[in-house]
Amino acid sequence: MLQPLIYDIGAPGRIGVNLPPSDVPEAEMPVDLLREDLPLPEVGEVQVVRHFVKLSHLNYSIDKGLYPLGSCTMKYNPKINEDAARLPGLAQLHPLIEETGAQGALYLMHELQRWLGEISGFDAVSLTPAAGAQGEFAGILMIRNYHLDKGDGQRDIILVPNSAHGTNPATVTMAGMRVHELPSNEQGNVDLDALREACQGEMRDRIAGMMITVPSTLGLFESTILEVIDAVHDAGGLMYMDGANMNALMAVVKPGELGFDVMHYNLHKTFSTPHGGGGPGSGAVGVNEKLRDYLPGPIVDVVDEADESGAPLYGFVMPEKSIGRMKAFHGNFGMHLRAYAYIRVYGDSGIRDVTRYAVLNANYLRAKLMNTYKLPYPRYCGHELVLEGHFDDVEEVHALDISKRLMDYGFHPPTNYFPLIVPEALLIEPTETEVKEDLDEFVEAMEKIAEEARSEPDLLLNAPHTAPVRRLDEVLAVKQLVLCCAPALPAAGE
Amino acid sequence: MGDWKTPPELKYTDSDEWFAVDGDVVTIGITDHAQDQLNDIVYIEFKDVGDALDAGDSYGEVESVKAAAEMYSAVPGEIIEVNAALEDSPEIVNADPFGDGWMVKIRATDLSALDGLMDAAAYDAYCDSR
Amino acid sequence: MSYIPHTEAETGEMLAAIGVDSIDGLFDAVPESHRFPSLDLPPPMSEMEVAAEMLAISEVNDHGQDYAMFRGAGAYHHFIPSVVNHILLRGEFYTAYTPYQPEVSQGTLQATYEYQSMMCALTGMDAANASHYDGATSLAEAVTVALEVGRHKRRKIILSHAIHPQYREVARTYHQGRDVRIIGDRGQAGMIELVEMLDENTAMLAVQYPSFFGQIENIAALAEAVHEVGALLVVVANPMALSLLRSPGELGADIVVGEGQPMGIPLSFGGPYLGYFAIRRKYVRKIAGRIIGETLDADGKRAFVMTLRPREQDIKRERATSNICTNQGLMALAASIYMALMGKNGLRKVGELNYHKAHYAAERINQLDGFSVDMSKPFFNEFVVACPGNVGDINRALLEEGIIGGLDLGQHYFHLEDHMLVCVTETNSKEEIDHLADVLEGLS
Repeated sequence: MLQPLIYDIGAPGRIGVNLPPSDVPEAEMPVDLLREDLPLPEVGEVQVVRHFVKLSHLNYSIDKGLYPLGSCTMKYNPKINEDAARLPGLAQLHPLIEETGAQGALYLMHELQRWLGEISGFDAVSLTPAAGAQGEFAGILMIRNYHLDKGDGQRDIILVPNSAHGTNPATVTMAGMRVHELPSNEQGNVDLDALREACQGEMRDRIAGMMITVPSTLGLFESTILEVIDAVHDAGGLMYMDGANMNALMAVVKPGELGFDVMHYNLHKTFSTPHGGGGPGSGAVGVNEKLRDYLPGPIVDVVDEADESGAPLYGFVMPEKSIGRMKAFHGNFGMHLRAYAYIRVYGDSGIRDVTRYAVLNANYLRAKLMNTYKLPYPRYCGHELVLEGHFDDVEEVHALDISKRLMDYGFHPPTNYFPLIVPEALLIEPTETEVKEDLDEFVEAMEKIAEEARSEPDLLLNAPHTAPVRRLDEVLAVKQLVLCCAPALPAAGE
Repeated sequence: MGDWKTPPELKYTDSDEWFAVDGDVVTIGITDHAQDQLNDIVYIEFKDVGDALDAGDSYGEVESVKAAAEMYSAVPGEIIEVNAALEDSPEIVNADPFGDGWMVKIRATDLSALDGLMDAAAYDAYCDSR
Repeated sequence: MSYIPHTEAETGEMLAAIGVDSIDGLFDAVPESHRFPSLDLPPPMSEMEVAAEMLAISEVNDHGQDYAMFRGAGAYHHFIPSVVNHILLRGEFYTAYTPYQPEVSQGTLQATYEYQSMMCALTGMDAANASHYDGATSLAEAVTVALEVGRHKRRKIILSHAIHPQYREVARTYHQGRDVRIIGDRGQAGMIELVEMLDENTAMLAVQYPSFFGQIENIAALAEAVHEVGALLVVVANPMALSLLRSPGELGADIVVGEGQPMGIPLSFGGPYLGYFAIRRKYVRKIAGRIIGETLDADGKRAFVMTLRPREQDIKRERATSNICTNQGLMALAASIYMALMGKNGLRKVGELNYHKAHYAAERINQLDGFSVDMSKPFFNEFVVACPGNVGDINRALLEEGIIGGLDLGQHYFHLEDHMLVCVTETNSKEEIDHLADVLEGLS
């Protein structure tokens, strides 16, 4: 262990914060309802600061360097957005305040709804989902209820390509629907024949829709996307776009114009809100007219038009046939305001550059690495590229070993073993905020690792050597299942 | 051919279960090849004794550190016994998949489905082909 | 180009390496008919201009720095020690992601493990996950866990009407596609009526502790009744109240969920918040989301790693019980820092300040003509006030006096028209409370 546990650095009676005495008379306490012990740490303020600073030193982060974790879009998180989020008028705004007292926040959300709709070509947007997975859930529930309303309740199948994120099939199950998995072809596109067979065969009347990621999780633009959309629409299904890879599409193509009926945005990917060591995210959903009334609520609308002198009055409304609330209050507002500031900075003329340079960076890495690593799909990629992390002449080395060795060269590894359809996948997403020098260093590290795999494979098999810890025993973690270090309390039941 | 055991007296499915028949009671487990592919098995959960299964239904689930797999019965019937020792010591399946690592016993209502399963030679060939 | 560092020369070199004439040439797979649309967005802005605009937007709002805040109802205005924000702003934490690679994520992993541990301490449970989106989705996920524990043979879910109305709505949203029946929450059923709804088909019963109306009831007897039929007791608890109250675990709860926002997380107009989820050990494999466990590295050093991974959507796909991936990691870190700072001694003191100030306010308001406070049960830092008139009108009058009054309960419960849910925390001074009472007196 590198830093003792917070429970191990305290002393009885110590406290990390200076609280005022009570300025009101003491009330009688309900003694039999009170707990005897509160087994929390007893630590001073300085110790707490040092504890967490030392923990922070054990992390890799974007602020430290290239974080090419494919499908996660680890781009730079602008500092100004953090300042904005901490303005008292935003940070100390109560969610259940009267709408007249939140016009600034509501204006911001209304603008963001419009901008996201514009960027993706959708008619209406709800900001409420808390993360991409929740946006997916909202989207599939909308599709479900749309069919139910039309008397098509038998439509219970969602088509999902085998290259999909795990959240897609898991979402379908949560909504009480069924997954039908579709194969991919050699170019990495959905196998059109298999799709048409599903859409025209016995299953036709049961197809509720299809979930697909564009560009695909392989980082490739689905060149037959219009045919895919047509086939599903022809069967009566709706098209859901997983917007995880929207960083490859901004001002390049509008999914709504391609024919998609609904998609989610990941504000914490495309729109630079920080990933926070695992969240919070924000998973707004956009829809066309077919699904507008089903959006999760509440959404922001103008409830009283402006007269000549004043501003319009914004308020929350619940769409007529809404699938309901996805969470309490109105979504992760702190992420909305960061995304707002981000889009404001790039504006109409700049937002396309985000995508252009993200795609340039990924293709540059592709060009530089394709002779060293096997490139399963030899074509231009989108914002990320997939390589095979193994060598025919050194069987014992796997993608995981290459990833761990990258740590020794000072980089965060790419995504491993996803997408599932590429053996030993290394999914690399540099993002537009990376400078060429750093990309070159990454290429150099990858080339050296390929050499080491042949000359000294143990360097890879035992990597990392310089990280704070070496490889971990994951079997032991499950077998001993130590999940909590707090002193035990008296327990009932059990 | 790979380095795994395939007892000749058993029947096999393409989802890597084995079946042993004794009257109308069928004992089911997972194969040596399956436990080897899963690696360290860390958790096993069964459906309840008394649950009725159709052919092809799942009778439980097996987990390793990085994978989870459903286990299926090829025969219809009722679960009459589960190997409770595995709930605390799932590693027994890695050590002895055809013996102490058996999973469940089912009182089958129809044994004919077993006729379509693979014998040991066919299963070995099937594993080699994957 | 804002956050894009490329010089023209570099772009040229990169294009040459790729073997393409222009960046736009990389998009040939996108259908030409739809390629490169124009966008109707406002023009770009400099950092200076954005800062000014965000400030202007923020100042239009009525917020807790300009007003005395007496509104809670699931989102609370508590003091946040300065240290919390300083640690959160460390790029090592907020610009990292899910600790998929544990060797370079021990900071996030250990902090999350400590968060899980402190949540167990507060709730009296054995295990907690790394977070859900908020209190409402934690409750919805508890329903899923209860259905799983009942192996989908038990399909009845009983929710008390005294659970936050929006949490109940979210539970219904989550389970609308499933074969499950949610009952109990559309009337005014008390503890006794809830117990009468229990049967062999019940997967779980959930109550809020303290209730949405701020009241504290001993749930031990309820736990017994729930366990008698083989169901689970789920308790939605305000963690701040748990600084003083007997833990739900001690009283027999099987799952404890709730909103972690009171512990170090600002109001932020409703999010990002922190759904905490804690459970008894025997059900731990049914939890959704990330769980951090202790282990050893190859040198035998203690270290932390995400564990029980096969439960999750990226491995189990359509067989996973939840699709959650990204959670509220940074918010869990905020709560962790907050709990560490407050600790055993400070958190109890904050709890006491809340309790005493709320009771002082309740006494004062109860003495006013036309106002009465429901004192029938003990309460923590929220209480229900019956008002002599429309709560909206009262709140408008309070706002003019610099006070954000309590929640208008009539908007959420038909039978509580002209009732206000008032919240008092350690941030409210005696002077503010007196001012509130004085202004209310003028309205009666």
